[in-house]
Amino acid sequence: MNRHLLSAADLSRDDALLVLDTAEEMAQVADRPIKKLPTLRGRTVVNLFFEDSTRTRTSFELAAKRLSADVINFSAKGSSVSKGESLKDTALTLEAMGADAVVVRHWASGAPHRLAHWIRGSVLNAGDGTHEHPTQALLDAFTMRQRLGRLEGLNVGIVGDVLHSRVARSNVLLLHTLGADVTVVAPPTLLPVGVDAWPCAVSFDLDGVLPKCDVVMMLRVQRERMHGGFFPTTREYSRRYGLDARRLAMLPDDAIVMHPGPMNRGVEIAAEVADGVRSTIVEQVANGVSVRMAVLYLLLGGDLSAGSEDVA
Amino acid sequence: MSGSWAIRGVRPLGGEPADLFIDNGELVDEEPAGAEVIDAAGLIALPGLVDLHTHLREPGREDAETVETGTAAAALGGFTAVHAMANTDPVADVAGVVEQVWRLGQDAGHCDVHPVGAVTVGLRGEHLAELGAMADSAARVRIFSDDGHCVHDPLLMRRALEYVRAFDGVIAQHAQDPRLTDGAQMNEGEQSARLGLAGWPAVAEEAVIARDCLLAAHVGGRVHFCHVSTAGSVELIRWAKGKGWNVTAEVTPHHLFLTDDVVSTYDPVFKVNPPLRTAEDVAALRAAVLDGTIDAIATDHAPHALEDKETEWAAAAFGMTGLETALPVVVAALLETGALDDAQLWPLVADRMSSRPAAIGRLSGHGQPLLPGAPANLVLVDPAATWTVDPARGASRGRNTPFAGRTLPARIVATFLRGRPTALDGKVA
Amino acid sequence: MTPAHASPRLGDTSPGSPRPVSGDPTTARPVLDTADVGRAVTRIAHEIVERNHGADQIVLLGIPTRGVTLARRLVTRIAAVEGTTVPSGSVDVTLYRDDLRLRGVRPLEETDLPPDGIDGRVVVLVDDVLFSGRTVRAALDALSEFGRPRAVQLAVLVDRGHRELPIRADYVGKNIPTSLRETVHVLLTETDGRDGVLLGPADVGRAPAGTEEAR
Repeated sequence: MNRHLLSAADLSRDDALLVLDTAEEMAQVADRPIKKLPTLRGRTVVNLFFEDSTRTRTSFELAAKRLSADVINFSAKGSSVSKGESLKDTALTLEAMGADAVVVRHWASGAPHRLAHWIRGSVLNAGDGTHEHPTQALLDAFTMRQRLGRLEGLNVGIVGDVLHSRVARSNVLLLHTLGADVTVVAPPTLLPVGVDAWPCAVSFDLDGVLPKCDVVMMLRVQRERMHGGFFPTTREYSRRYGLDARRLAMLPDDAIVMHPGPMNRGVEIAAEVADGVRSTIVEQVANGVSVRMAVLYLLLGGDLSAGSEDVA
Repeated sequence: MSGSWAIRGVRPLGGEPADLFIDNGELVDEEPAGAEVIDAAGLIALPGLVDLHTHLREPGREDAETVETGTAAAALGGFTAVHAMANTDPVADVAGVVEQVWRLGQDAGHCDVHPVGAVTVGLRGEHLAELGAMADSAARVRIFSDDGHCVHDPLLMRRALEYVRAFDGVIAQHAQDPRLTDGAQMNEGEQSARLGLAGWPAVAEEAVIARDCLLAAHVGGRVHFCHVSTAGSVELIRWAKGKGWNVTAEVTPHHLFLTDDVVSTYDPVFKVNPPLRTAEDVAALRAAVLDGTIDAIATDHAPHALEDKETEWAAAAFGMTGLETALPVVVAALLETGALDDAQLWPLVADRMSSRPAAIGRLSGHGQPLLPGAPANLVLVDPAATWTVDPARGASRGRNTPFAGRTLPARIVATFLRGRPTALDGKVA
Repeated sequence: MTPAHASPRLGDTSPGSPRPVSGDPTTARPVLDTADVGRAVTRIAHEIVERNHGADQIVLLGIPTRGVTLARRLVTRIAAVEGTTVPSGSVDVTLYRDDLRLRGVRPLEETDLPPDGIDGRVVVLVDDVLFSGRTVRAALDALSEFGRPRAVQLAVLVDRGHRELPIRADYVGKNIPTSLRETVHVLLTETDGRDGVLLGPADVGRAPAGTEEAR
């Protein structure tokens, strides 16, 4: 693996499988009376959040703490960041503090790339603008493999605001790497120009795609898009692209329903679908911790250039 | 003051070696007595370059550039005249500001500074600025532009095109539909889809160009398109010229050389307006320079303070420096086409970087053939030398060159402004 | 992306696959043959039963990879002697090591505890080679988080010396005096195609065996 995790495209197939396999071992820790490993004792992980995301921050924080790392939460609110300190100055500050890893969530696409340019520690992209969210894709793949036993050859539909979705971008890349067949489904206004170059199929017709889906992943419709002229009304959007009980019935019997959260119940997903047995939404949260433990371990556990010779 | 010079063995426009003599600021027939001799064997002589599009930032952002530093960079880049864009603070929308900039240029003395006047008051796109007053001022403004902003209102654009006919002015349009580019960060296409950056569609430029060609034809005005960046724009301009309409266009060196692939690092040094486009666009722009559809190469030299570039992509300022790298980048881009031999290259460079821009700006003293009697505005170029771009070594205050670390062909050896060296051996003279 | 480091050689130690046998087998000298290994395992099985007065309380936990194989063999031998199958499993100590920074990240191997856990039982840790003692230290840390055994004992096929911690084995197949510049290769049929123990020189171009762990 590379030193940083900035994009799902940074992961080779072997790398991605290593993360998932490692996450499986990490998941066992959650079942133990003492949910803690000494692995990253003495390492410092900084959660640098320029955008509110309690769930992602908490997930990374718990993952780092379960590995015994020291965790510093550095939020844009109430810090010098909100007083106009530049990203570069923040990076230099973290560097001086000796951060071994910086988990960054930022409103600007590519901000983690710039950060990686300025600091020596590992940078983990925890969501940048409308670009990527690679650990979300890893936990989604982990959840799919756990539920369905495989990833190779799975048919995955990703439905909704693909244009602005970092979850969609990372999932398309990672699932393609892992051998799944992805179809993105959205109204044409919510697909990027240039989507044809993505390693996935594209459809405007949810009903046509659902019957062959092993997994359907519903993307959140951001409130600002609802008034951005991308579709006429929220009602029309849910009618054409929302997952309700009728559409759920079109899925194959063992298909699962995913959502990266937070959900807009009644917009992209009906409440009874979100709470149904096929929904993996709660598992996704639990798996998030295991996957982030795996990523932190693999990026921080040691100097990756060292050999792996085995000595008892 | 301007002495006398004998430039021996130089190849004017890449032709046969000859001796050029300078006396009293002009090219002369015979070697003046006591002339200082320059051994120019192997060097190319071109008329001094003329830039239609320079941001000197003064007044207002002297931390990014001043007339002094910007024109020094121009001299090092082989330019003897630059057109200073109007988006200063205060905006160059009245005679007082354009005269100030013009005088600063005179005082600095590195090259002639011809201010561009704003089309509308404060660049706000609402009311025409006092174009006539700027035209009649000491600065004798002939090019008007809201560059940085599009004159988007079609009625206002029509009036501007009509009005400047009275003094043979030209409206230099920054073609960018504001609604189609709201929040846009880079060329809209495969790269923007992948990088998650808001797309800047080619049509936002092309739609304005099409409209303004039609408006210019309708009112008989003269329109010039700044920094044309797409294959579609080239087609539209070719079509308008085919109709015989009074349309000219410029392209920047960076749009002739770079594609949006470089954005994948998210390094804002590559953030520019209009954005870097695709390889197909670059090929179409090069072809348009070769066939004359695009009249001029203009730098759009846009220096920025470090803090405006060392930031997130979305927060960074648009723009790149260009004066000191323009000619080498153009030579590299044109040579990459494989369509030119040495005998064709240098006359073409002289035409697109000197004669035609001088004609568009109505500058009588620049862009002239290197013949006796002409003002001695010229540049000597070593075509065989290569050099590596080091932003820290330039004269410009801006360090935001997209070519840092690149090795380029052709080095500027000397620049003469009316017989006086303004750059010698890569140093400001 | 900023590829600051070369990728680790992931294929070398993917989970479940054999550990690489380091060194050049052609220059390595056999110190135990197939029969010797078989006898050593049998003897250890007997000693475990004898020391613990039967097999009732025993749980065998192997340290991957070859420790797990040895633990399985011990289960079989004890069953032949006592007629009962003792609970067994594996404990991966990677996440408990103190030398991750020096040795680099490795894929995790399976930790698999018996369904009834280890509380109140006598846990016998099983590994192939005892060297610095740091692996066993990591295993003891791991065990303390899985439960509270009544006692922990240690069984190894080879004790090569050079301890760096106050740790000793309760059951040893063979004591083999070594120098730090030598490597000990344990071969087991399940992972290596044959049984045996080889003593060879340190690998050319790699750090002497054990030094990474030892520091």
